[in-house]
Amino acid sequence: MVAFFSAVLAIAMSFAAGLSRLSKLWIVRTVTAVYVEIFRGTSLLVQLFWLYFALPFIGIELPKMLAAILAIGFNFGAYGSEIVRSAVLAVPKGQWEASVALNMKPWQRMWNVILPQASLRMLPPFGNQLVELIKSTSLVYFITMADLTYQAMVLRNNYISWTTEILVLLLLMYFVIATLVSMAVRLLERKWTAGRL
Amino acid sequence: MWDWNYVFDILPELLSALKMTVWVTLCAFVVALIIGLLLAFAARSQWKPVSLMTKGIIEFIRNTPLLVQVFFLYYSLPLLTGISIPAFYAGVIGLGLHYSTYLSEVYRSGIEGVPKGQWEAATALNYTKAQTWRSIILPQAVPPIIPVLGNYLIVMFKETPILCAITLVEMMLTAKNIVSQSFRAFEPYTLVGILFLIISYIASLLVQRLEKRMNLQRGK
Amino acid sequence: MNAVVIDAFAGAEVPQPDPNPAAEVKPMVRYKGVTKSFGDLQVLKGIDLEMQPGEKVAVIGPSGSGKTTMGRMLMTLEEPTEGTIEVDGELLWHMQEKGRLVRANEKHLHRMRCSVGMVFQHFNLFPHMSVLRNVTEAPRKVLGLSKEEAEERAVSMLGKVGLDDKLKMYPANLSGGQKQRVAIARALVMRPKVMVFDEVTSALDPELVGEVLEVIREIAEEGDMAMMLITHEMDFAKEIADRVIFGADGLIVEQGTPEEIFDNPRSERLQNFLQRFRSN
Repeated sequence: MVAFFSAVLAIAMSFAAGLSRLSKLWIVRTVTAVYVEIFRGTSLLVQLFWLYFALPFIGIELPKMLAAILAIGFNFGAYGSEIVRSAVLAVPKGQWEASVALNMKPWQRMWNVILPQASLRMLPPFGNQLVELIKSTSLVYFITMADLTYQAMVLRNNYISWTTEILVLLLLMYFVIATLVSMAVRLLERKWTAGRL
Repeated sequence: MWDWNYVFDILPELLSALKMTVWVTLCAFVVALIIGLLLAFAARSQWKPVSLMTKGIIEFIRNTPLLVQVFFLYYSLPLLTGISIPAFYAGVIGLGLHYSTYLSEVYRSGIEGVPKGQWEAATALNYTKAQTWRSIILPQAVPPIIPVLGNYLIVMFKETPILCAITLVEMMLTAKNIVSQSFRAFEPYTLVGILFLIISYIASLLVQRLEKRMNLQRGK
Repeated sequence: MNAVVIDAFAGAEVPQPDPNPAAEVKPMVRYKGVTKSFGDLQVLKGIDLEMQPGEKVAVIGPSGSGKTTMGRMLMTLEEPTEGTIEVDGELLWHMQEKGRLVRANEKHLHRMRCSVGMVFQHFNLFPHMSVLRNVTEAPRKVLGLSKEEAEERAVSMLGKVGLDDKLKMYPANLSGGQKQRVAIARALVMRPKVMVFDEVTSALDPELVGEVLEVIREIAEEGDMAMMLITHEMDFAKEIADRVIFGADGLIVEQGTPEEIFDNPRSERLQNFLQRFRSN
């Protein structure tokens, strides 16, 4: 749940921020740069704590779920924006020039010519980020949200002598999920790139 | 709402915890550098079982959360082996081991960046395997990856708050303790965030400068 | 693939290094029925070749004829699929173990490599070392010379190739011709008995070829080291080789003195090959 919604938010933020950093307006560029630097420069856990524990003091109280989704989503969105930015920049200049020559409008150029090519390049790094994101959902344990890790630790409290079994099982569960996700991304990648590269 | 007196009250405590945080990061980085190199060697081994097993271990560690791994080291190992590890060492080993798998990939890319001709020249001059690694391959494989290693140092620094889960007294746990005494959460957590931001921003500027300087050197 | 090689020799009689008692000197290098396959592609289809001590043998032929593979096998960079190679009367890629012939281990190869040296098409200098260290490193590490001995040897060898004024420079700051001369000094300083020159001028700009050939000519005139010159420089081969070998399609098609090969080619393939070269 957390993983899914925060992944959606992260991808949305990646594209929004990644493209804004290439904007012609300096104000847009600066604001996004500050966003990216702040979220990349501090820890996810610090951000999570801040959203959940610190914000109530200035009158904003977030439910656990929302705090978790926002923290993870914004954090990975900041990293993802760099992926989007570099993938767009990696599209050869001739492609821009060709689309200008065909008299396309700016958003048409971006949507029809540049992004389809850039997204092929983005897929592998996004896949890696998705695995990292799934791993990071374990951190919501700290705000006592009932995720996999939290449940396991509650279980451990009840059956201390089973600690090892519980933790090994927990590791295996994360491993299986992450491996399945990265396999799915690789499959998607192969399907997309077939006959194109 | 933002109480400066309170900020100056708690700042010394947070700064001394920052020292601890940096110390854990550096120790874990050294662990990651060494184990990462060993993993990179083992993954290249010509002996199939060794290389396959190493790759499996790398995948497993990479695909599971650091938090759970640290729990395992801290809570499970004492039950299994009877030796209890202090939080500091569990943190250093956990963080170091986790990132050693990332660094082994970095080493791999550095090693593969050395042209095949260098191996052949070393053979033609009758170097042994160990001599080839020491004086030909590693001196060429490592410099290009130093900026990447630097970036991982920053990443590891930002992962240290996780270690507060095993009662390692770094910045996050210190902030938590302050909060539980004073019931004011806004300043401590914001300060922790700012401290992280300052240090990792300065560090990333340093890495960028290093990268530029090395690119210049290589361009000669 | 390696298992096949060992099986092929299992229980076989150990070949005598010198079956011809009449020969006054034993050959420096001997290829016997050597083949090499990369996957399905057979690049060498059975090479028999002898080189006498101090003999200069030029190997010519169209690209893809397996010339380079031949040289690389002598330098132990490529393992023969079948057949044996002897260097100085000893098998290179095989050794005896309990009366059987088995694939050589690293220790055996290490010992055998003392006799062989090689200069590469793409120089393969160590970019992280100065010119002097490129030439002193191996004598110190491999031969165990002291720093002073190694440097003395290196400086005199670099003097021979005309680069003793560039000791402190790094390979990146040298021209292609200078790089190749350093590479030659680096190989010579190990004092091999036989040296492979693998298309050493092919990667050079035309105006730099001369200086490298000049150095090789001087080395050849000193005489005591056997040389295998894999080359496209026909005039050069004609001038310094004692014997020329023409290879095509993985076989030695023709061999003889430079006069026989260049002035009196017998096979049609060689005639065509030389003609194409002259018209270029």
